Amino acid sequence: MSHDHAADHGHDHPSFLAHHFDDPEQQFDAGKLGIWIFLVTEVLFFSGMFCAYALYRSRNPEVFTFASTFLNTKLGAFNTGVLLFSSLTMAWGVRCAQLRQRGGLVLCLALTLICASIFLGVKAVEYTHKWDMGLLPAHFYLSQYAQTIEHHDWAPFKELVGQAHMTWLTKLCILPGLITIGFAAWLFSTLKSKERRKIEVAGSMLLTALAFFGGIGIGRVFQAAEEAAAAHSTDHGDKHAATDADHKHDAASADHATAASADKTMLVSTDSQTKIGAPSIEQIDQKGGAGLFFSIYYCMTGVHAVHILGGMVVLTWLLVRASKDVFHEQYFGPVDYVGLYWHLVDLIWIYLFPLLYLIR
Amino acid sequence: MAHSATSHNETSHGAPSHNAKGHHGFSHPTPVWQLIAVFLALIVLTIATVAQASMDLGNVELIASLVIATIKATLVILFFMHMIHDKPLNAIIFLSSFIFVALFLGFTLMDADAYRDIIELKTILPDPPANPMQ
Repeated sequence: MSHDHAADHGHDHPSFLAHHFDDPEQQFDAGKLGIWIFLVTEVLFFSGMFCAYALYRSRNPEVFTFASTFLNTKLGAFNTGVLLFSSLTMAWGVRCAQLRQRGGLVLCLALTLICASIFLGVKAVEYTHKWDMGLLPAHFYLSQYAQTIEHHDWAPFKELVGQAHMTWLTKLCILPGLITIGFAAWLFSTLKSKERRKIEVAGSMLLTALAFFGGIGIGRVFQAAEEAAAAHSTDHGDKHAATDADHKHDAASADHATAASADKTMLVSTDSQTKIGAPSIEQIDQKGGAGLFFSIYYCMTGVHAVHILGGMVVLTWLLVRASKDVFHEQYFGPVDYVGLYWHLVDLIWIYLFPLLYLIR
Repeated sequence: MAHSATSHNETSHGAPSHNAKGHHGFSHPTPVWQLIAVFLALIVLTIATVAQASMDLGNVELIASLVIATIKATLVILFFMHMIHDKPLNAIIFLSSFIFVALFLGFTLMDADAYRDIIELKTILPDPPANPMQ
């Protein structure tokens, strides 16, 4: 109430207006210019990785054709949809902030957070599945066809995980699990206090944490469907397989769930044999070949995932402020700026998805 | 934090005319139909890019997927990021980053192409194993 006088005169500053700005619009424009410049640095930052990608792909297209068969297109497409939906809820949240719809803004921010969490859950399934198969960055990469993985005694995997009696996925779930318990406890305590705004925030955060496990569940369903389809296709279709590679194919597919890719892989080998000087599949399936692809893959998607995590931190901050009803048509800058950042992260994924998952 | 609510009401209905342009001040709330239309277009384009990847288009495929991705990016930038209502300066600053990305990628690839004959895959990859498949 002490602020009642604040906006009575044009020269005085309302509480949301920093003292060095003349009016809310100037404050908004200054912040917006700043965030656009930040986004420019983000684009240039990611362009380094896109450059590595373009350079490596232009020189070794066969490696990309081979290695991308190990990426699950359905999971990638699903995650694209999740990110696009989170962009929708984020843009809708900006609209809610501009129209001063407090409940709508809280709902939109919570949905955005939940989508981000689902995205990371699906990503966790994708990553851990690759780690289990030895599809690791160059130095740790395990050849998928040349060295048959029938004994499961490959060194890096065993050293890192074998003794712990825990799968990678279980390990990745420890921290989110603890966070979920923490938010559940917090929600329980806020339910006692009966403060509606705190309950909203705590509930949203608990749902966000649970959505990570929801994402893992969805990812595993997709993965299981892919493996079933793969098993089915190896039973019936070796028609495309080049005869000279048949025994390799069988040895590998016996151990591999990604045998759906085997047909494609054989196409690669037959194609590449016809070209003069083209590398054989054994040359591709090496640390320096496919391994380098996975270095690039983990670098690009990993840095993108870190951006998702960072976005979740600022979205949480927005959620807390939104629940306190601080945003309105004169002061929605923070929501807009975070929205711009979030859309840029979505934008990068829009390019990453076809460039990594959709290579044939 | 109730004070912000009071101050907000006073600014939007109060005397200062220099920051009160229309009902929503300086903001341009995007209509809901537009948000949903853009989202649906993005989903359709995602389905399109997956569909075109499953067809065997050869070299056109990379270009096609990049064109679709760029259409999606344009939709996101124009409508979700509100560039359509933004100040021209902001648009120029952001789009200028792509000029530098193009220079970066373009010159690197030109350079790589110039030395393609010297640096071949065989120098990156180790020699084939003793028992090659052929």
